[in-house]
Amino acid sequence: MLHTVNKSPFERNALDACLTHAKKGSAVLLFEDGVYAATKGTAPGNTVAGVAKDLKIFVLGPDLKARGYDESQVVAGVTVVDYGGFVDLVVEHGPVTAWL
Amino acid sequence: MSQGDEPSFETGVVKKFLYLNRKAPYGTVYALEVLEMVLISAAFEQDVHLAFVDDGVYQIRKGQDTKSVEMKSFLPTYRALEGYDIEKLYVEKESMEERGLTSGDFVVPVEVIDRAAMGSLIDSMDVVLGG
Repeated sequence: MLHTVNKSPFERNALDACLTHAKKGSAVLLFEDGVYAATKGTAPGNTVAGVAKDLKIFVLGPDLKARGYDESQVVAGVTVVDYGGFVDLVVEHGPVTAWL
Repeated sequence: MSQGDEPSFETGVVKKFLYLNRKAPYGTVYALEVLEMVLISAAFEQDVHLAFVDDGVYQIRKGQDTKSVEMKSFLPTYRALEGYDIEKLYVEKESMEERGLTSGDFVVPVEVIDRAAMGSLIDSMDVVLGG
């Protein structure tokens, strides 16, 4: 299963809902405002880094760049992917659960 | 009405406007819409204040590069506000720190104030528009 989160963890509980439901070994892709959950120096970032051993966590690079973040500001254990990588995740891990 | 007698905005009432930005940029249209309103109120020579609270602090974060998402970046517009005499920008300290940001992370000069001071600022306004 591929889980996607596109909402800010500071504004909605979509990330928490996703992380409490996703089964070990699942893939989670953070995109749009969901990318803030992968940033260093934040409580959600620590949460995401903490679950990265049980879940495969990805973040969409173009959405990070749009918001002024580069890979060095992403917490450990999270892999940055591009749009092609997004498609690969769907192919490899689908079906998709979108936590809106 | 004789020539040269056209109504002037300069003689109108000037109110204290606060635009209360609480949303991250790009994920929703709020930030862009508020900027449009800010420029309109500046054209009417109102006393404009901008506040950045909660995810709103992300709007003025440095380094935004929107080419790859094919959206317009807000940063040039924020930088241009000074040219419209809009210089009263406030960032809420707690919101900034919760997101791992510091006062050096913003593209425009801002005054960082705590939540209590933000409450007082809101309370002192004539018109508050959220977004």
